[in-house]
Amino acid sequence: MDQQNYSTRQKALWWIAGLAIAAYCLIPVLWILSLSFKRASDLASKTFLPPVWTTENYDLILRGAAAELFLPALRNSIGISLIATLIAVLLAMFAAYAIARLNFVGKRVILTVALAVAIFPAMSIVTPLFNLWRNIGLYDTWPGLIIPYLSLTLPISIWTLSAFFREIPWEMEQAAQVDGATPWQAFRKVIVPLAAPGVFTTAIIAFFIAWNDFVYGVSLTSTQASRPVPAALALFTGASQFEEPTGAISAAAVIVTIPVILLVLFFQRRIVAGLTNGAVKG
Amino acid sequence: MSTLAKQPPQEQAESERANRTARRVKSERARGENRLGWMLAGPAFAVMVLVTGYPILQAFFDSLFSYRLTDPAARRFVGLTNYGVILTDPVWWRAFWVTTLITVVTVLVELVIGFAFALVMLKALRAVRPALRTVILIPYAIITVVSAFAWFFAFNINSGFVNPLIGQPDLNWFAQFSTAVTVIMLSEIWKTTPFISLLILSGLAQVPEDLQEAARVDGATWWQRLWKVTIPNMKAAIMVAVLFRTLDAFRIFDNVFIMTGGSAGTETLSFGAYRQTISRLEIGLGSAYSVLLFLTVVLICVGFIKIFKVDLGAARGER
Repeated sequence: MDQQNYSTRQKALWWIAGLAIAAYCLIPVLWILSLSFKRASDLASKTFLPPVWTTENYDLILRGAAAELFLPALRNSIGISLIATLIAVLLAMFAAYAIARLNFVGKRVILTVALAVAIFPAMSIVTPLFNLWRNIGLYDTWPGLIIPYLSLTLPISIWTLSAFFREIPWEMEQAAQVDGATPWQAFRKVIVPLAAPGVFTTAIIAFFIAWNDFVYGVSLTSTQASRPVPAALALFTGASQFEEPTGAISAAAVIVTIPVILLVLFFQRRIVAGLTNGAVKG
Repeated sequence: MSTLAKQPPQEQAESERANRTARRVKSERARGENRLGWMLAGPAFAVMVLVTGYPILQAFFDSLFSYRLTDPAARRFVGLTNYGVILTDPVWWRAFWVTTLITVVTVLVELVIGFAFALVMLKALRAVRPALRTVILIPYAIITVVSAFAWFFAFNINSGFVNPLIGQPDLNWFAQFSTAVTVIMLSEIWKTTPFISLLILSGLAQVPEDLQEAARVDGATWWQRLWKVTIPNMKAAIMVAVLFRTLDAFRIFDNVFIMTGGSAGTETLSFGAYRQTISRLEIGLGSAYSVLLFLTVVLICVGFIKIFKVDLGAARGER
């Protein structure tokens, strides 16, 4: 596939195609970035770039009037997403190890259930959880979101990790023991380094999914005690009924996009491997 | 058997005993492996069943009651009445068709664009491949609500850059169904095409190069090779991607909430369930709505597997 001896004309064509893809992917992101630096009075200019650059929107959400809305939401999003990711990856690690290495009755059932949970419409369980959570006091709390988030993060973690674990050459563990390593050494020096990248990649993908949630975030919370950023953004209101909080929303949107872009920048190769391994394997 | 018959009786008995012991050891090992397997995978399995299976059963139970949270005293058993109410209500059917329209259009467009992207990534110069992979992951990884806002603001009549660009300063995109649903679909397509293109790319990479070469030698054009060699050889990957995207698109909620709040006739099934439960506090009707949404998704999934013979083993990574 790597017949890279293109003519100059072909090279130019592939460059143009590549740039078109980059434009497609980046223009909406650049647009919201540009909006976040626009003064409220410049919004009506409708230009793509701000006529005058300002950081007043960032001041507003980090220090100003909107800070008490945004900062707690940011804290909730980070905490809830990280905990939901951690629990899911931990549970999935044991499950995926069993699926990849052991032959046991019900292995297919577990994988099928993971598949079924992954396609489950989140909105379907919002109604019962809304009612139940209000009765047992989990409504508008961190655990009240972490538990349903597991339905999002756990299935994909199980698949992705199973696919990664299948590719680990487990014989190397025995080989190390034959060479005189203790079982613990063999596990720590041989298996952990081989398994760690898959676990890490799975955690990134699970985190993206938890970070992205809106359905549960908007339905199962009511105050800043647990409301995550996507829900807080949707419920932002302007200083008056007639003023749309476009600038503040844009600035907040940029801030929650930064971690995502950093993860993608540093780990793009692994994320692609994780996504395609877990979903399709031929 | 014939070799056994020739053995002296004592040896034969001994070998049988050895066989039995081996079998017992093997079945004990299998039992041990079963036990260990479930010890390791059991917690994850239990959590998955608890967080989805239990609520959906509860939803079914609640759906049999007329129950509004603001008036709990009036809660009473009504059987399947709620389902009758919803299924004879044009609002449900409208939401059903809107959701279906969004699903079919977005998945088809994503498939075409995703395929083009995958071809470019496959053939792109090696030096630019990591850069391409990075930009293509950005829409996938960005929060859906953020992407919905970006598209909403871009088409907004008061602040968007799109209207001046196309010379339609007075077009309010979100005031009527056709234009509103177009922007909703555009943002959905933008966000999810990268995912589908990555799945197609990994399928493309598995099409044997010598098949392509043979077709080329036989004088097949690029277009013929695409339809006769490439696509048939990656049908499994495409079908799994389409199934996943279809089920995912059918749950569409975030973009609708941000852009129209269900106005201009853009209410989807997920949004309808949200409105019944969270806005109107109709637990009974909302539960019935949720169960119907769930059953619809199951039906689509089963239909897909039956009609297109999607190989779910491929999706589970079993091949």
